[in-house]
Amino acid sequence: MQFRHEFLEKNAILLLVASLLTVAVGGLVEIVPQFFIENTIEPVKGVRPYTPLELAGRNIYIREGCYLCHSQQIRALRDEVERYGHYSLAAESMYDHPFQWGSKRIGPDLARVGGKYSNDWHFAHLRHPQAVVPESIMPRYAFLEETPLDYARIAADLRTDRAVGVPYTKEDIANATADIEAQTNADANHDALLKRYPKAVIVPSNGRTISEMDALVAYLQVLGTMVNFADTSEEQLRR
Amino acid sequence: MSEALAAPRAAVVYNDDVVKKFIIASMFWAVVAFLVGVFIAAELSWPALNFWPPYLNFGRIRPVHTSAAIFAFGGSALLGTSFHVVQRTCRARLFGGEALANFIFWGYQFFIVMAALSYVLGFSKSREYSEPEWHIIIWLVIVWVAYLVAFTGTLIKREEPHIYVANWFYLSFIITVAMLVIVNNLAIPVSVFAAKSYSAFSGAQDALVQWWYGHNAVGFFLTAGFLGMMYYFIPKAANRPIYSYRLSIVHFWSLIFIYIWAGPHHLHWTSLPDWTQTVGMAFSIMLWMPSWGGMINGLMTLSGAWDKLRTDPGLRFSVTAVGFYGMSTFEGPVMSVRTVNALSHYTDWGIGHVHSGSLGWVAFVTFGAIYYLVPNLWQRNGLYSNRLAAWHFWIATLGIVLYITAMWVAGIMEGLMWRAYDAQGFLQYSFIDSINAVHPLFIVRWLGGVFFLLGALIMVYNLVMTVRSPRTAPGRAERFAAPLAAAAGE
Repeated sequence: MQFRHEFLEKNAILLLVASLLTVAVGGLVEIVPQFFIENTIEPVKGVRPYTPLELAGRNIYIREGCYLCHSQQIRALRDEVERYGHYSLAAESMYDHPFQWGSKRIGPDLARVGGKYSNDWHFAHLRHPQAVVPESIMPRYAFLEETPLDYARIAADLRTDRAVGVPYTKEDIANATADIEAQTNADANHDALLKRYPKAVIVPSNGRTISEMDALVAYLQVLGTMVNFADTSEEQLRR
Repeated sequence: MSEALAAPRAAVVYNDDVVKKFIIASMFWAVVAFLVGVFIAAELSWPALNFWPPYLNFGRIRPVHTSAAIFAFGGSALLGTSFHVVQRTCRARLFGGEALANFIFWGYQFFIVMAALSYVLGFSKSREYSEPEWHIIIWLVIVWVAYLVAFTGTLIKREEPHIYVANWFYLSFIITVAMLVIVNNLAIPVSVFAAKSYSAFSGAQDALVQWWYGHNAVGFFLTAGFLGMMYYFIPKAANRPIYSYRLSIVHFWSLIFIYIWAGPHHLHWTSLPDWTQTVGMAFSIMLWMPSWGGMINGLMTLSGAWDKLRTDPGLRFSVTAVGFYGMSTFEGPVMSVRTVNALSHYTDWGIGHVHSGSLGWVAFVTFGAIYYLVPNLWQRNGLYSNRLAAWHFWIATLGIVLYITAMWVAGIMEGLMWRAYDAQGFLQYSFIDSINAVHPLFIVRWLGGVFFLLGALIMVYNLVMTVRSPRTAPGRAERFAAPLAAAAGE
């Protein structure tokens, strides 16, 4: 029996189903294997879930649309690696729900901004970018410093992140509020925090109420610092 | 084709009310989208304009611009024209009655307003072109299913034997957008009362899902849907059948099959696995063929009717739109080549590419359809002023040319500066050097946007006068008698 296109043209439901099947193929072939092929994510050490403060900062980063001007994805190109640091690994964003790779650099890439500048630099820059970089076209974010961080819900945030696959433990969730307070207090005992979250940067609020800017800076300071590339072999990165 | 051109035999009363509402909404949102676009372009030129933090900061307003342009202006135009086209080419009144049509209209407008307010107030999922939080997306899905029911229901109750080609495109646009929106928004809310959710996917997988969505928001929302518009309004205004029926079939199936694979070209050289990037690139290059097949089908429909470009300003918009479509669907595959993408990605070249498609293709084909529809739906004796429409055409075209050339130059300059080395082998420029270098081009881009906005305001005035002015009052039925006689003579 010869197939005639007329057959589809005369049957709305058939046309609907046929076009849905046609468009489903590409996604199935490209997306589904990402979850099953082992080398989608490199086996590197050091990548950990965000501290509660970093996670709160990340949510502020998302809320303010920072990703619209700043990428977090260093491509495997010579100039990018020299400008920003080691090219980004899939492993480094494996706990990012959602990812923040971005698509446009109106400002520079932030994938490895962590540790490049001091906390004070970030505070001054967020308050008034032009005071630090006169030609900058970034908006001012001084209001973040005046907005107290609302972390009443933080344990629920961690729990939800765990539900989508981030390995927060029961202990991490139970200590979420305490960890925020420890990470913003220079005088607190940080042992438990740093045991749970190695390399977390303390952002002292110096007795002020913990602000949204504290959280954002804690997030910026951890970006790209989790993997120790000195201990990482070429073998581990090969895909 | 004959069914689209012939006058209705039996007296089917179409639901024109909902089409009119969508046309009005579309023009309203067009002005909003262009105005916000002009404003954020100005913010990038003069950062002091971020004067009301956090609400007017670039990061919160930019999604308002993209959503207003794509979903409010483009979406209202698509829903409105699809209802117009499906009723006429099926010779059937819209399925579901007044209530369903009104629910779709008001439900969709409610979605737009909620989405825009949520960005400004600080709620966003940060997925480009799909920023609204989960509760707004659930509402959108409900409205979208109602839309699918109304559209498919009308197809099913049609009195024409064949489903006209424009409807194939509209149908695949509706069903594919449903699939994309649902998968891309899979997430777990923090609580029923919290407007915050965490994506079901992470990192590389999440990036791929998002750009599978993002690229096909372009492919199906901004392309397939508007091709439906092209396949109806160009033959209608030119009074010629589609150039090639066979090409329509090949165009349709190859376009929808290939488009969906092209998403990974947004992620070249990233930590997405190489095989996926290569597949995405290969399909992006292949996509050039169906795109140009569609362009040829649209343009060749004008054969023997090219003289109408001088007399019909609406058709002039539609045909120029197809030209821009051809241009940006050539540029896209070029940019998807990894070597080119190494230069073009992250730069303003991408912004230029998007706007040659969205201003040149999407907005122009919509303007063409609306210039055609308004005198017809409101039963007026032609447009208020063809001269004003011609002014709109040239001002808007000039705006697009300013916009895209500024962005080409800016984008290539950024790409070259970021990778430039000096004689000692060090990177030659700091990042801020590239910001300084593109400043004049950002101002030219802003000016291009101002021109485009100005054109749209002229259009709004012209349309309002078309409906209101005594000059276009129908008086007698001559306007409707003439095409009848022409059709009978064929």
